[in-house]
Amino acid sequence: MSEIGRKFEKLRNNKTEKALVGFVTAGDPDLEFSLEIVLTLARAGVDIIELGVPFSDPTADGPVIQRASMRSLRSGTTLRDVIQLARSVKKQTNIPLVLFSYYNPLFRFGAGKLYESLVDAGVDGILVVDLPPEEAHEFLVQWSGNEIDFIRLIAPTTPPERIEAIVRDASGFIYLISKTGVTGSKGLDYDEISSMVQSVKVYTNLPVCVGFGISEPEQVRKISAIADGIVIGSAFVRTIEKFGKSDELLEQLEKQVKAYKQAQHR
Amino acid sequence: MSNTAYLQPDNRGHFGPYGGRYVAESLMPALLELEEAFREIVLGDPSFSKEMEKYLRYYVGRPTPLYYAQNLSDHIGGAKIYLKREDLAHTGAHKINNTIGQALLTKRMGKSKVIAETGAGQHGVATATAAALLGLECKIFMGVEDIKRQAPNVKRMELLGAEVIPVETGTGTLKDAMNEAMRHWVSTVRDTFYVIGSVAGPHPYPVMVREFQRVIGKEAKKQILEKEERLPDVLIACVGGGSNSMGLFYEFLSDPVEMIGVEAAGRGVKTGKHAATLGAGAIGVLHGSKSYVLQTDDGQILEAHSVSAGLDYPGVGPEHAYLKDIGRVRYVAVTDFEALDAFHTLSRQEGILPALESSHALAHAIKEAANRSADTIIIVNLSGRGDKDLEIVLQHLKGDGKDE
Repeated sequence: MSEIGRKFEKLRNNKTEKALVGFVTAGDPDLEFSLEIVLTLARAGVDIIELGVPFSDPTADGPVIQRASMRSLRSGTTLRDVIQLARSVKKQTNIPLVLFSYYNPLFRFGAGKLYESLVDAGVDGILVVDLPPEEAHEFLVQWSGNEIDFIRLIAPTTPPERIEAIVRDASGFIYLISKTGVTGSKGLDYDEISSMVQSVKVYTNLPVCVGFGISEPEQVRKISAIADGIVIGSAFVRTIEKFGKSDELLEQLEKQVKAYKQAQHR
Repeated sequence: MSNTAYLQPDNRGHFGPYGGRYVAESLMPALLELEEAFREIVLGDPSFSKEMEKYLRYYVGRPTPLYYAQNLSDHIGGAKIYLKREDLAHTGAHKINNTIGQALLTKRMGKSKVIAETGAGQHGVATATAAALLGLECKIFMGVEDIKRQAPNVKRMELLGAEVIPVETGTGTLKDAMNEAMRHWVSTVRDTFYVIGSVAGPHPYPVMVREFQRVIGKEAKKQILEKEERLPDVLIACVGGGSNSMGLFYEFLSDPVEMIGVEAAGRGVKTGKHAATLGAGAIGVLHGSKSYVLQTDDGQILEAHSVSAGLDYPGVGPEHAYLKDIGRVRYVAVTDFEALDAFHTLSRQEGILPALESSHALAHAIKEAANRSADTIIIVNLSGRGDKDLEIVLQHLKGDGKDE
């Protein structure tokens, strides 16, 4: 079982707990501080970290994560640096790490070499935003093993027969997009989310985590009641943007995580 | 070169190793729905083709003339140059062929809103026009830099009832407008049709836009056979995303006809400030398809540079990547300065102001014609008219714009 699988098992055994998945863009505001940020999130109680690879043209992201990507690129972050950052994180904590990326930087790097590098750095999973099952073969066929979980996205627009096809080569967990829209957009329909979670669970035993547009503890509470976990991205990134490189940022992030975790326990 | 049938793309939209559908899951169902609609309605329903033909003839003004540019040919003193006058199509460019098609499809699919990206504004104007004609709500995404460069087209779109949404991210050009249109589409995918203006983007766009633009080559073939009783020797068209060139080339792919695609070399390919994606890019994935892309070694997309907003794009349609690799089409690049020079030459020789995009094709045609014999026939796609570019041309007349 993968590190991600073990994490969910642990949460399940501890009945009241749901997963808090935290996304940050690697290298925002710079690589050195990124390490501090990730370690802070882990210490404060985030269960799984998604490490975003910055990309010049993040078409699935709203303004908050777009700006984070630009800050990171301006500070010179490359995919190699992100993998190095993952390695540094894993040296200090065993929190499951997922690389979250658009396809082009990975394609340029080479899927085979990437797989080796991720395993070597201790990365546990990967999510490629713009690589649907129709095109994923060329990427996965270059992997020399199955030590990296391949996290799959399912959207509100995904019909049932497609869900079935998507979960087939998924592992780790399923990332369910809460609504049609980019990251960080507003407005959640809990009934719809609940029925989407149920329809995914018809086809897979993998844990289902819901992301996009979740920022308030109240939303965290409601969605944690109907899914196996939630993903917080833009809300953390907004805090990073607001406080910049400072001890106050780390304090604020810690507070934020604790508020979310508390909401999940209720 | 052979007469074997050309059968691209495969049923998942791959042109050899290029094309495909590299998009977020939120958009996949919409693309699958669109692909089915394209197959059943555009390719499968004769009443659609009939309606399309009606609009092309009576509204767009097709067929556009194939004009023998005798003054220009004599001036150069080489091959005979024919111009396919897409500049005479309604709205002043070939873009309308495609937007009428996609807007009609929008209606057939029961959707009421269209969005589009635009660089030079030609595709935006053509989309706004088709939307006005067919009663669709229309939003156009346009980079702030292009809004400055192409101000008259912004006004035209607004007069046509479209909402022009300025895009400030990135460099404020075509690539950024497309990013923003895709983001908007993700949020509104259930009732909105995304009208892509080139043979780029995820499947089925490259094949669909080619289908709507192939009328250019179909007419040109018929017209040249009538006039010269033989096929042309060379076809020349500019390539940004690549729709006017694909439109001209497609009907001739299985014929013994030489084809040249002309990219924008901007200030010169060596300066790094250019848009010669096929000439100087590397394989990558941008805006939903795999093709050549201007990018860093680390896979970050680079800015493109061209005096022509319509060619100022760091990607290119996947079919062009394929045609380049198999050697069927030769791709060259022309600088800003050479294009401006060709603009002036055509204006004075023929009394036709060409779009700066088309001026790139002309610039290469002038070079090519000079080296060919008088019995060589060259067809240049004059993809659009130059009125929108007057301000830029006048600025450059003041001495700016020399190649570095």
